[in-house]
Amino acid sequence: SVQAHKEGKPQKLLEMNGQTLMPHSYDYDLIVIGGGSGGLAAAKEAAKYEKKVMVLDFVTPTPLGNSWGLGGTCVNVGCIPKKLMHQAALLGQALQDSRKFGWQFTEEVKHNWMTMTESVQNYIGSLNWGYRVVLREKKVTYENAYGEFVGPHTVKATNKRGVEKLYTAERFLIATGERPRYLGIPGDKEYCVSSDDLFSLPYCPGKTLVVGASYVALECAGFLAGLGLDVTVMVRSILLRGFDQDIANKIGEYMEEHGINFIREFVPIKVEQIEAGTPGRLKVTATSTKGDQIIEGEYNTVLLAIGRDACTRNIGLDKVGVKINEKTGKIPVNDEEQTNVPYIYAVGDILQDKLELTPVAIQAGRLLVQRLYAGATTKCDYVNVPTTVFTPLEYGACGYAEETAVEKFGEENIEVYHTHFWPLEWTVPSRDNNKCYAKIICNIQDNERVIGFHVLGPNAGEVTQGFAAAIKCGMTKEQLDSTIGIHPVCAEV
Amino acid sequence: GRNEYDLLVVGGGSGGLACAKEAAQFGRKVAVLDYVEPSPQGTKWGLGGTCVNVGCIPKKLMHQAALLGSALKDAQHYGWNTAQPVHHTWSVMAQAVQNYVKSLNWGHRVQLQDKNVKYFNMKGSFSDPHTIRGLTKAGKETTVTAENIVIATGGRPKYPLHIAGALEYGITSDDLFWLKESPGKTPVVYYLFILHVYENTVSISLTGASPDVSLECAGFLTGIGLDTTVMMRSIPLRGFDQQMASLVTEHMESYGTKFLKRCFPTKVEKLESNRLQVTWKNTDLGTEETDSFNTLMWAVGRAPATETLNLETVGVKTNSENGKIIVDANEATSVPHIYAVGDITEGRPELTPTAIAAGKLLARRLFGQSSELMDYDNVPTTVFTPLEYGCVGLSEEAAVQRYGSDNIEVYHAYYKPLEFTVAERDATQCYIKMVCLREREQRILGLHFIGPNAGEVIQGFALGIKCGATYPQLMKTIGIHPTCAEEITKLHITKRSGLDATVTGC
Repeated sequence: SVQAHKEGKPQKLLEMNGQTLMPHSYDYDLIVIGGGSGGLAAAKEAAKYEKKVMVLDFVTPTPLGNSWGLGGTCVNVGCIPKKLMHQAALLGQALQDSRKFGWQFTEEVKHNWMTMTESVQNYIGSLNWGYRVVLREKKVTYENAYGEFVGPHTVKATNKRGVEKLYTAERFLIATGERPRYLGIPGDKEYCVSSDDLFSLPYCPGKTLVVGASYVALECAGFLAGLGLDVTVMVRSILLRGFDQDIANKIGEYMEEHGINFIREFVPIKVEQIEAGTPGRLKVTATSTKGDQIIEGEYNTVLLAIGRDACTRNIGLDKVGVKINEKTGKIPVNDEEQTNVPYIYAVGDILQDKLELTPVAIQAGRLLVQRLYAGATTKCDYVNVPTTVFTPLEYGACGYAEETAVEKFGEENIEVYHTHFWPLEWTVPSRDNNKCYAKIICNIQDNERVIGFHVLGPNAGEVTQGFAAAIKCGMTKEQLDSTIGIHPVCAEV
Repeated sequence: GRNEYDLLVVGGGSGGLACAKEAAQFGRKVAVLDYVEPSPQGTKWGLGGTCVNVGCIPKKLMHQAALLGSALKDAQHYGWNTAQPVHHTWSVMAQAVQNYVKSLNWGHRVQLQDKNVKYFNMKGSFSDPHTIRGLTKAGKETTVTAENIVIATGGRPKYPLHIAGALEYGITSDDLFWLKESPGKTPVVYYLFILHVYENTVSISLTGASPDVSLECAGFLTGIGLDTTVMMRSIPLRGFDQQMASLVTEHMESYGTKFLKRCFPTKVEKLESNRLQVTWKNTDLGTEETDSFNTLMWAVGRAPATETLNLETVGVKTNSENGKIIVDANEATSVPHIYAVGDITEGRPELTPTAIAAGKLLARRLFGQSSELMDYDNVPTTVFTPLEYGCVGLSEEAAVQRYGSDNIEVYHAYYKPLEFTVAERDATQCYIKMVCLREREQRILGLHFIGPNAGEVIQGFALGIKCGATYPQLMKTIGIHPTCAEEITKLHITKRSGLDATVTGC
């Protein structure tokens, strides 16, 4: 398909103000719409091959008016601030542990939300800045403008002040990512916050209701509670849909045992303001999913974390014929990240049936560009992508969930090995001795090859990464058994 | 006559207990002898061996105490109001650690009981190839006979006896973890005898070399607020990748540990104040210096506990230089039916997990019809210094020696853990290095990681290396974000290129 492009496949010519655009006189080789993980990785890679690249990045403010700089979800309102606030919560726990290890300090320890948030936002600001510098250094043109297709090979970029410009390119990469979904109930947009607002909230959220059971919901609920806040999670049905349910339940149990309230099988039907303020007071009315029961609750903050929607509905895809899944808004692509329109590609969270993870977007973006401009043939390997949920008890996973393995291979063809373990560091401070857990799922018919790895415990991400590499090498149970453990670490389990 | 036991294990440490328990699984009659000769300072402990009592376990717990000290500092940046002053009380930590260790001693005794393994708290020595003479503390003698005997008596810290006052006034790691009171201002002496090279020297291959006691102890002592100095005659972490070893000590220096490099002590005296006066020679300057300390800890190596075993009587061969027992790939000694596992064996890494694995496999070969031998290649290990160092496989210099620098490719990166950003911590020594073969497949020969949770990071990759992981396979592995470990899957700058290896996270 790359060959076809270069050999002058008939191009549709755009007529605009009487002018006709000829092929090979495009403004750019590549225009990337969306300056997030996938988009920036692709742009930087393309610049390496001396291509003329433009990045259009624009953040539509949240319903509450919040916005941020270059870098996308991960940097601004995702992985980075999330992990830093998770770390703040872990440090709170460390403080408690440290007394058992002989440390003495003020009896009453309190957390200051503003101190933390300021530090986090400062760091994010440095990343935004860093990206702008890198793009400049690599001679990638960056515009803080909203990009949308207006015709073949042409996008319109509209900046904050409403100034419109047109640009043409030989190829396009859509990497517009997603934004949090709202419930569509009275009061949701006026009074509720989402993860887009939480990490820069200029006041402590106080008593918080988290609506949702996604990893975003549980991670946020987790660190808010760890900072000392009163947290409730309202769940419609199951926790962590798509993840191993045995582990998902263990995560929920752990959170409950550590002071987070769960309201199961309820959904909010309206949010009203009792009192304005920073934070104010909100009244939430919810109905049971299993009957007529109605409950009410009062909270300072309501955080909606019920899912994310792809930013594909308002970028003019219909003007260029790019097909999307009408129901989900996601874009189906082939295994080379190409949409149904040959010169338009897509990476990242907007892709249908692919994992919504930063490293996946980065890898896909880079490899795509290498194929387009450097003659490479390597495609992104979406199999056995490891992931970690940074809940108070962290969960690292790679490969099949137990139920998925059973479904695919049959219960009699898989073997599940598991163990509880007690991290050494938890012994002295008398922390839970039966919560940390590890399990591997093996395919009996394929030499007991490890097809699923799950670990629930501290530093799950650090532990899981190496095992993911081993799984990529086709590790079997026997090889796992014969590898000597480092002692004493959790990973040796 | 018939032997009383199928298996008798002399030494109730990591290797010994693992072997005994595994043998008992096969329904065999097993006995374990364990005895702790008190240290010169009088310290002793219960069942479980070095790791449990005076090694890995208390070391990691005290390391954790030190890490928590850093966490306390970080916490302020993250919004917690842990104002200074913050201080550490040794006795609270020591008691908590000692209590936990005692629970493990108890746990081991229960386990042996549950598995019907007979336990004798006696000091054993050979009378003949199938007979051990056991002596209790009170001097009571018992004879035990067995079809097979496994020696797993481990090692004990050495004292530099030629230095006046060394024995009377110095302590070792055997004592440190059991001190009731803070060691105060402590120097840790890391003193290497210069290896005299003879024509027929056996070269010690230290793949999977044992971590460095002195640096780990100095690290956590500094971390809990003690004024700590490390005195060393030559290089730290001998046997480990030397670039990584320098980064580790560099970090310790910026962390507050003092180093007296290329110095060696000449005498130790006690002052009226009960402090110790140490005199040493500085080989660089050619001067003699002196200072006073509360505690002096020797970490000059460990000697195998073979002297009182009476090995000559039965003809078990040992290495004449270091006293370690010579074994073959079966863990067999020069005498039939007598085996050895763990720190006491020649040419093996001095690590708990290798001892355990070797002990288990030995039991399976003896009683379980297995023929699986222990694989000592690519044993991962971690040095639990304040900034941890985990590694598996060959050091860069070993790889160069084996394959030639033209035939290897070294990928590396300086990275910054996300958690260090808000905490404003210095990440200068956070570094990763991967040594690969240069030819097409690019098989990974060695992986080295300095950073937080190094052990957790390296473990999974060790598995990958056991599966023959190559650089391209690692590059195909997608990273987990945000972690430190993901940086390994992103290594792309080679030393050969000469490019700046500093990578930015996102």
